[in-house]
This record gives sequence, structure tokens and C-alpha cells, in this order.
Amino acid sequence: MTTAMTAHVLMHAPPVVDPSSAHGVFSILWLVIALPALGAVVLLLGGKRTDRWGHLLGVATVATSFLLSLILFISLLGRHSGNRQVSQHLWTWFTAGSYHVEFGLLYDQLSALFLLLITGVGALIHVYSVGYMEHDDRRRRFFGYLNLFITAMLILVLASDFVGVFLGWEGVGLASYLLIGFWQHKPTAAAAAKKAFVINRIGDIGLSLGASLIFVTFGSTSFAVVSANAHNASSGTLTAIGLLLLLAACGKSAQFPLQSWLLDAMEGPTPVSALIHAATMVTAGVYLIVRSNFIFSLTENARTGVIVVGCITLLMGAVIGCAKDDIKKALAGSTMSQIGYMVLAAGLGPAGYAFAIFHLLTHGFFKANMFLGAGSVMHGMDDDVNMRHYGALRKAMPYTFATFSIGYLAILGVPPFAGFWSKDKIIEAAFGDNLVVGLCALIGAGVTAFYMTRLMLLTFLSEKRWEKDVHPHESPTVMTVPLMALAGLSAVGGLLLVNNWITTWLSPVVGAHVEHKLGVGSVGMSLIALVVVVLGAAIAWQLVGQRPIPTVAPEKVSFLTRAARADLYGDAFNDEVIVKPGVAGIRGLLVFDATIVDGIVEGLAAAFTAVSNAFRHVQNGFVRSYALMLFAGALVVLFALLAVNFG
Amino acid sequence: MSVTPFIVLSAILFTIGAVGVLTRRNAIVVFMCVELMLNASNLALVTFSRANGNLDGQIAAFFVMVVAAAEVVVGLAIIMTIFRTRRSASVDDASLLKY
Repeated sequence: MTTAMTAHVLMHAPPVVDPSSAHGVFSILWLVIALPALGAVVLLLGGKRTDRWGHLLGVATVATSFLLSLILFISLLGRHSGNRQVSQHLWTWFTAGSYHVEFGLLYDQLSALFLLLITGVGALIHVYSVGYMEHDDRRRRFFGYLNLFITAMLILVLASDFVGVFLGWEGVGLASYLLIGFWQHKPTAAAAAKKAFVINRIGDIGLSLGASLIFVTFGSTSFAVVSANAHNASSGTLTAIGLLLLLAACGKSAQFPLQSWLLDAMEGPTPVSALIHAATMVTAGVYLIVRSNFIFSLTENARTGVIVVGCITLLMGAVIGCAKDDIKKALAGSTMSQIGYMVLAAGLGPAGYAFAIFHLLTHGFFKANMFLGAGSVMHGMDDDVNMRHYGALRKAMPYTFATFSIGYLAILGVPPFAGFWSKDKIIEAAFGDNLVVGLCALIGAGVTAFYMTRLMLLTFLSEKRWEKDVHPHESPTVMTVPLMALAGLSAVGGLLLVNNWITTWLSPVVGAHVEHKLGVGSVGMSLIALVVVVLGAAIAWQLVGQRPIPTVAPEKVSFLTRAARADLYGDAFNDEVIVKPGVAGIRGLLVFDATIVDGIVEGLAAAFTAVSNAFRHVQNGFVRSYALMLFAGALVVLFALLAVNFG
Repeated sequence: MSVTPFIVLSAILFTIGAVGVLTRRNAIVVFMCVELMLNASNLALVTFSRANGNLDGQIAAFFVMVVAAAEVVVGLAIIMTIFRTRRSASVDDASLLKY
């Protein structure tokens, strides 16, 4: 029995992080972070002097980082598969007793992919922003913030320690706050920034508590030590760590129940929505779960929590996306939903880690593509975001339409575009785990097809519903080129799956891939998913495409539509359950403070005043009365002495 | 030598002084009563010094005399000043410093 159990544990024991020290080409690893950091420092401290060339510096630093990442990646490809973890020790961050935190970098198969995604998509979005923010007075500052964001995100994915991850995690939150509220003169943007920051803090508590618990349990927070000792911890501790890390992931990745900030975050400039709220920052939660696979692989309970959160969010996001008329909010709902897919896949354990990352990459391509496409549409429509005022833009904006269509086909999961391969694999793995989970993922795919088709119909097809004095035009080349590049990636992203490359590549980090055999087989599953997708698109075609579209959203709609328009009452729920009791509690405390605390303090003072007032009349100015008191006092002392000595 | 008559005399003198301090209004009289109390205690000190056969009490009596002399100087100066401004030596009239 014992032997059997040991064998079982060994078979599923997650891989240990055991990097070799960086030398040769890998010693430039720190430069990947340092370049955008330098850009951010120069742009944010340089002030107006850098206004003229600031945006170019911003693009150049990230583009160079991308080139370095590419060189590193190619070097990593050239290494033997067992020798692809590289660490670079930079300095000892701090020491407290037996606790040493080294500031080190870990470059392995997982962070290599993230490095390419962050710097690659990041560089394209930087280029796009040069055009998009051209007429903004504070463009230089915008690029400073973007560089700051890239820096923080790179620290997050390169850190070799949970404390380092936390540093990047907080930096990402800060950059996100600054960028959502970039147009701070708009009260809605300022409020959205604050909301995002506050809700992210709740997730951050999860990460800091999780890291603390890891330290208490393992005596260290570095991935290497924790992964080597994870199997020694009790299952209760592992579950607690897993759930705390899940809370962290929920905050950063806008997963249920901390999802409500993402839709409001669309107040930021569109490149921000593309970079932070589609391609990179919101994927940090998925990264955290996959990176901590040595915890999650050992705790079934925490993984179940991850799956449940993923399922709920993927359906919620999709439903919200169906009812939104704001093009960016529809896409934001879609982002929530797609990240739900990734979280779900990450919760499936070794069967899903690689697919979570695969979908994360393809989603990074096609969602950045579509968000930038939406930005291009807004650029041409005088910053109007209401899709009911769009229509027939395919002629006015041919490049945007073409690239957006590729993104559309990719997110729907139409072969051979990227999303087909990645989403299909997740649905397949979900069915392999549990029928209900699989059905959730499958239905989500159908709803995705519905809302994306609706978005396409409202925006690019159907008849013109433009406002007066709006003359849609194609965006400048500096904006369309990144769109084309991202469209190309959305089209061919599926190549990563050729020969199961991605699962093989990631297996040293996340453990050997476990395949579930389905009754219908892999091809059958793909066909079923495709049928569901076509069905969703057809329903959208029937409901939206075949009848006139009112320019004002109809009031008489079903309950579900109303609920979806109100973000499924996420804000109302927070308001009722958290904000209102909080406010009531604070009011109660105020009353307590004013009556009880102040009452005690002021009552004591009043009592002393009253007693003093009574006694001050003793000071009557008559010398003889003082003398009498003196004698009386002397007599008292005398009698006291007599009583003590002779009593 | 019996100390009792001396101590009784001392007590009588002290009591006369104390009652005078408490009851008389004229500052000069009050002052004289204070002197009476001081000298009553001097008498007690010297008596006990003789009875015990050492000089400690007599030394203390000298100190009391010196202090009394200094006190007279300061006290009479104050009484003079008060009398100049108020045309009165009553201790009850100088009662401005109060609550």
C-alpha cells in the first residue's frame, strides 16, 4: 500500500525548479528589464525636455528588449531540453534573521514565452500608440507609464522568488492605475482607476498572505526551494496556499468575484486596454497559477476552486459581452471570458497548464489585435464607442476590417486560425476532467461566437448609422502596421501546437502532459465545438443581422439582457454586500466615537472642572484663613504621627 | 530639674501666639504673635537641650533667632509698603490675590 502510494506521488510529483547559473549570452538577461526601466526613468524624470523624442525612446527600449528576448529564446532553443533553466543572481535584496531574499531572475521555458509575448506585443502596441496618442499633449508621459508597465510585468515573470513576483505584481497594479486614469480630467476615468486599484489590492492581500504562508511552511520563498520541498507540506497547508494564490489571481486577472474592475478599466486609452487589459497584465494571474504548479499539482481542492472560478467567469464574461453596446466593453467582457478559459485550463493541472499558456499566447495576439482595431475604429469615428452609431465600416476602413476579421475568426475558433487550436484543446481537456466543466467551456464557445458576430455585424457590416459630421477614415500607417502584424500572429499562432511543441516545451516546467482519451476522439470534439460555434454565430446573424438596428438601445428587453448590461449586477452586489455595510459600520463607529469615546474624555474633563470650580473658593485671599488651614494641616500631621508612634 | 513647668509655659506662649495669628487683623500684631510662637519653640528647644545635657537644642534656637530676625526685616518691609499704598495695616484688606 505504502509503496503504491509513493509510486503514485512520484508519478505526479511536479518538476523541481533547479536552474543553472547564467553565463554567456544569458548574462544579458537583466538588460531585458533594465532597458524599459531606463526608458521609464528618463521619460518620467526628464520632463518637458524629452517631449520631442520621448515616444521614440519608449518604442526603442521595448523593441530592443524584444530583440534581446528573441536572442535569448533562440539560445534557449539551442540548449538541451533538460538544461533550459537559467538563473541570474543580481543582488541580495534583504536579510532578516535566517530569511534571505535574493533578487534573482529565473529564465526558463515559461518565462521565455512570456518575455516574447510581453515585449513583442508590447512593442507593437508602443508603435501603435505613437499614432493613437499623436494629438495628446501628454504623450511622453503616456510612454513613460507604458515603459513602467513593461518593466513591472517583466519583473513579475522573471523573478525567481515569490517576493520578486510580488514586486512586479504591485508595479503592474501601479502602472495600470496610472494608465486607466491617464485622462484624469474625466471623473469616470479617475473613478475607474481607483476602483481597479482598490479591487486589485484585495487580490494583493492574497498574494502577500500566500507568500507569507509559503515562507512559514518552507522557510524560503524562492521557487527552487519551494518546488523541491512542496511534497513535504501537509495537504491542508498546500490547499490554503493554493486558495490564497487563487485569490491573488482573481484580483489581477479579473476573475469572479473580483471581476468588476475590468469593464470600468476601459476608461483608459485604447492601447492601454489592448496591452494591459487583454494581452499582458490580466494574464499575470494565469502565470502565477502555472508558475506555482508545484503547489497546485499537489492539491486537488485548490485546483477545484480554480476550475470553479474559471467556469463562472468564462460564462459571466461571455454573457456580459452579449449585451454591451460599447465596443470596448464588449471586448472587455470577452477578455474576462477568455481568461476564464485560461484559469479553467490551469485548474485542470498537468492536463491543462500548457494549454492555459498556449491560449494565453494566442489570446494575447488576437485580443490585442481586436482592441487595437477597436481603437482604430474609434479614431475614425471621433472617439465614439457606441456600436449602435457604427455600421458599414468595412468600406471606410478596409485594413482595420481585414485585420479585425482575422481576430474575429481566431477568437471564434475557426480553423486554421490560432484560437481554434488553443480553445479546442482547453474544451477537450475540460471534458476529459468533468462533463459539467466541459459543457461550460463548450457553451462559452457558443456564446463567444454570438457576441463576436454581433460586434462584427454592428461595427463593420449592416447599414450606416453614423452620427452627423462623422467621417470615418482609415487610420495612419503607424497604426495599421501593428494591426497587420498582430493579425498575422492571430492567423498562424496555432503553429505552436505543431507536433505538440508547446506541451513538450513546457513539460520541464509544468510536468509531463497528461492526455485524457475522450469517447468522441480529438477530431470529433473539434467538430462538436465547431458546430456550437457556427450555431452561436448563426443565432447572432438571425437576431442582429436580419433586422434593423436601433441607434438607441431598446428599453424593453429581457431580464437577462438587462442584467448583462448591468455587468450581471457585479457592482450592485459589491455595493449591497460590501460597500453599504461598510458605510453603515463606519457611521456606527463615528457615532460610537462621538458619544462613547468623546463622552468619556470630555466627561472626565468636565468632572475635573467642576471639582476645581468647587475648590477654587478656598483661595479667598484672606491670609488668616490660609493660616488656619496651615494649623489644621499641622494638627492632622501631628495626630497622625502620634497615632502611628503611640497608637 | 523638672522640664514640665518650662514646657507648659512654652505651650501656653505658643497657643497665645497661634490664637493671635488666627484672630487679630492688625498685621503688626499678627507679626508679634508669630514672634511669640517662635520664641515659645525656642524655650522648648533650650529646655530639652538642658534636660538632655547636649547643645543641639541651643544651636537650633540660635538658628531660629537668626531666621526670625531675617523674617522681621522682610516682613516689616512688606507691611510698610502695604501701609503706604493702602493706608491700612489690616491683613483682611490685602485680599486681592484670590480665585
